[in-house]
Amino acid sequence: MGGRDALREGAVRIPSGCAIAGIMDRSGQRHDGSAILKSIALMHDRSNGLGGGFAAYGIYPEYKDLYAFHIMYESKEARTQTEAYLDTYFMSEKQERIPTENVRSIKNPPDIWRYFLVPHPVRLNMSELDEAEYTMQHVFHINGHIPGAFVASSGKDMGAFKGVGYPEDIGEFYRIGDYKAWAWTAHGRFPTNTPGWWGGAHPFTLLNWSIVHNGEISSYDANRRYVEQFGYECELQTDTEVITYLFDLLSRRHGFSQEMAAHIMTANAWDEIDRMDPERARFETALRIAYSSALVNGPFSVILGSDEGLLALNDRLKLRALMAAEKGSMVYLASEQAAIEIVCPDAENVRAIDGGVPFVVQLDEVARRKSTASAENVFAKDKPHPHEVGVLPNRRKGA
Amino acid sequence: MLDYMLPRYKVLRDADACVQCGVCERSCSNEVHRVDGELGRVVADHARCVNCQRCVVMCPTQALAIANWPQVGNGSNNWTLDYLQDIAKQAQTGAVLLASMGNPQPYPVYWDHLLLNASQVTNPSIDPLREPMETRVFLGGRPDALKVNERERAVLTDMPPQIKLDVPLMFSAMSFGSISLNAQKALAMAARELGTYFNTGEGGLHRDLEAYADHAIVQVASGRFGVDPHYLNAGAAVEIKIGQGAKPGIGGHLPGEKIDGEVSRTRMIPQGTDAISPAPHHDIYSIEDLRQLVFSLKEATRYAKPVAVKIAAVHNVAAIASGMVRAGADIVVLDGFRGGTGAAPKRIRDNVGIPVELALAAVDQRLRDEGIRSTVSLVAAGSIRSSADVVRAIALGADAVYCASAPLVALGCHQCQDCSSGKCNWGIATQRPELTKRLNPEIAAERVVNLVRGWNHEIQEMMGGMGINAVDSLRGNRLMLRGVGLNEKELEILGVKYAGE
Repeated sequence: MGGRDALREGAVRIPSGCAIAGIMDRSGQRHDGSAILKSIALMHDRSNGLGGGFAAYGIYPEYKDLYAFHIMYESKEARTQTEAYLDTYFMSEKQERIPTENVRSIKNPPDIWRYFLVPHPVRLNMSELDEAEYTMQHVFHINGHIPGAFVASSGKDMGAFKGVGYPEDIGEFYRIGDYKAWAWTAHGRFPTNTPGWWGGAHPFTLLNWSIVHNGEISSYDANRRYVEQFGYECELQTDTEVITYLFDLLSRRHGFSQEMAAHIMTANAWDEIDRMDPERARFETALRIAYSSALVNGPFSVILGSDEGLLALNDRLKLRALMAAEKGSMVYLASEQAAIEIVCPDAENVRAIDGGVPFVVQLDEVARRKSTASAENVFAKDKPHPHEVGVLPNRRKGA
Repeated sequence: MLDYMLPRYKVLRDADACVQCGVCERSCSNEVHRVDGELGRVVADHARCVNCQRCVVMCPTQALAIANWPQVGNGSNNWTLDYLQDIAKQAQTGAVLLASMGNPQPYPVYWDHLLLNASQVTNPSIDPLREPMETRVFLGGRPDALKVNERERAVLTDMPPQIKLDVPLMFSAMSFGSISLNAQKALAMAARELGTYFNTGEGGLHRDLEAYADHAIVQVASGRFGVDPHYLNAGAAVEIKIGQGAKPGIGGHLPGEKIDGEVSRTRMIPQGTDAISPAPHHDIYSIEDLRQLVFSLKEATRYAKPVAVKIAAVHNVAAIASGMVRAGADIVVLDGFRGGTGAAPKRIRDNVGIPVELALAAVDQRLRDEGIRSTVSLVAAGSIRSSADVVRAIALGADAVYCASAPLVALGCHQCQDCSSGKCNWGIATQRPELTKRLNPEIAAERVVNLVRGWNHEIQEMMGGMGINAVDSLRGNRLMLRGVGLNEKELEILGVKYAGE
């Protein structure tokens, strides 16, 4: 290819339209990627061949306690540098090239590797961070400071498979039919510009979070400048990235349920709050005041994936399409109803997701655990670090 | 001594239109006009005219207009007529030059170099007539995280006190004394009607305004006039005034002749004595002293009122503001150098301080760099002229703005900059009963309400165009701004991209 290098994701802010889809089995049973591939392929016209990808949960049961890093390299130097970095801060149980298929329409793919890692115990202890925060900081470092390297995903027992191309071609390239997962999400992208960078494709992920998103949020810079206060680096300048960081801040760091985090991001309108009983109004008002800058505005539909399940969310005014349906323990989500019906013609409870009302799909086992757990949020900074227990001398009682 | 001063204005009277009714003569407290029975026409003493335009508005036959005095300078861009006249005045009087209202000098107005965004194709604009368009803002300190019980939908964290604004603007501090009771009452009534707040300034709370106290921000300034526990607890919030944009580093002086019975009672000082506000608070010589005053006021109000601290925008404003937050301020108010005043030394007004746009951008960014922006509210003041300026200020990082000049213009002020004379023909900056009675508080309040409602509609339209339906999402959203006619450094400080980027 001749001509000037196009600007990359992160160098410029590029609005995009999209197709999104999600399929999950609440029972935790795992299914291969053929259904999600079929579902997203139907929405071909909602993408333009400039980005597609999948996130899958439950694909690495044999390594489920290890961080699975999917890393894309554009050069040998990038890999050498990254692996030296990983060797310093993590211990690698296994590392290998991710198997891929030649697909005619996929051009110039990067070298894509996966690593199964545990944080280096001494360095983790010295960092005074919890394991998740420690891992996140190093993901930020690789993405921000090692040229030509990009961490596509960094969670446990999950992974992202993404790149430049139509999603159905990307799926074939990564052979997603060969993986089995209890939850799949997919994304087909329609960017207005042509960054042509694999790292910029979606799903966007961080730790166990993955997000597929359709929309252009008008609150982007307000949200970005809010989360940047707390150490999140918005390198990619995308909505998806900032929404992921909001979920991480609210849910992992501040300890809210995902549903409550989503509620904060699509808070009730003031005229609704004014009609509530005083106690409830007090609650909603406090949330809106304390998390005013976490309000997400403008059209969006997102599917959030995590180790708990999927969460679908639409903006408060319902400016983007997103449908849901069920069949037994299966739940289907997609931008278009047809994309659900093609994989499950007899789906039940087919409906549009309401604006500003989080649609939560949890693993049965997670739902059971949550129903009896405390409903009070605990800040991550107040939780004891499991890796410290037994390492440091115990504090004397009453000291 | 021969007075070398020239008139500033010339009264133009259309002899054909003038019916010699004498309205202009009765309108003018400066005694410019005089119906001369012997000459059979109305004559003018041009030198007394301050261009307040009361006579122009009142003249039933539209016979009047005010022009600049036609005298030219010597053509020098350096020794302008203004400088020559200032020197002539000081040679005559040996005094400090006095001026009023905001800095009129041709410094850059950064608002006019910031353009707003609108949605096209990739996301929809939102129609405020069809969809909710929220302009409600709360001001006060915030916890950086909330503790709740999700099942019971209950807040477990003690929320610091907040004040609720239905529109993202308040009326900035103007004391009873600097403005008339009728003017203050008009603002108080408008504030209640609009769901926002007026500010008592350093003049106490007049007993007639007690009824509006829940819409008052009560100010504590260096003279402590009118401050007692009742006053502090009457208002919705307390504001410590450290400085004022129009006169940073300078105190205040309300001359004894303006301290009549009512002003004396409200300020709690003897009638006829000068009310002098010292330049610094004599209990605040450092940042740790501010903390003591903030917490003294919180103690006095039983932690039920937010405490604001207002400073003039000066060179090191970002570091100072950060210190104020750490000293316990719930609301930081930044007052830019174009902010108005009832009276200030002219050289101070025209030369000290910095534009609020730059100060606001720098403070908002510094507080974010320190990770404390979300724990505090930020209010920008100092010449907000239109709804577009409000939108720009919020996009730069303000929670809300303070305006004073604009509502005064709604009351009739024509920005003649002669407030300090106490002869305001519009009944605003005066205590003379024959002038203050010209201002009917009910009608004046209606004009202010109209103005703010109009602005709020415009704010909603602009937000909708950006695809934003809550003012929360506009705050600090600098991508909604683009600069024109700015250099790299200005763009960097404002944190905005250039138009076309």
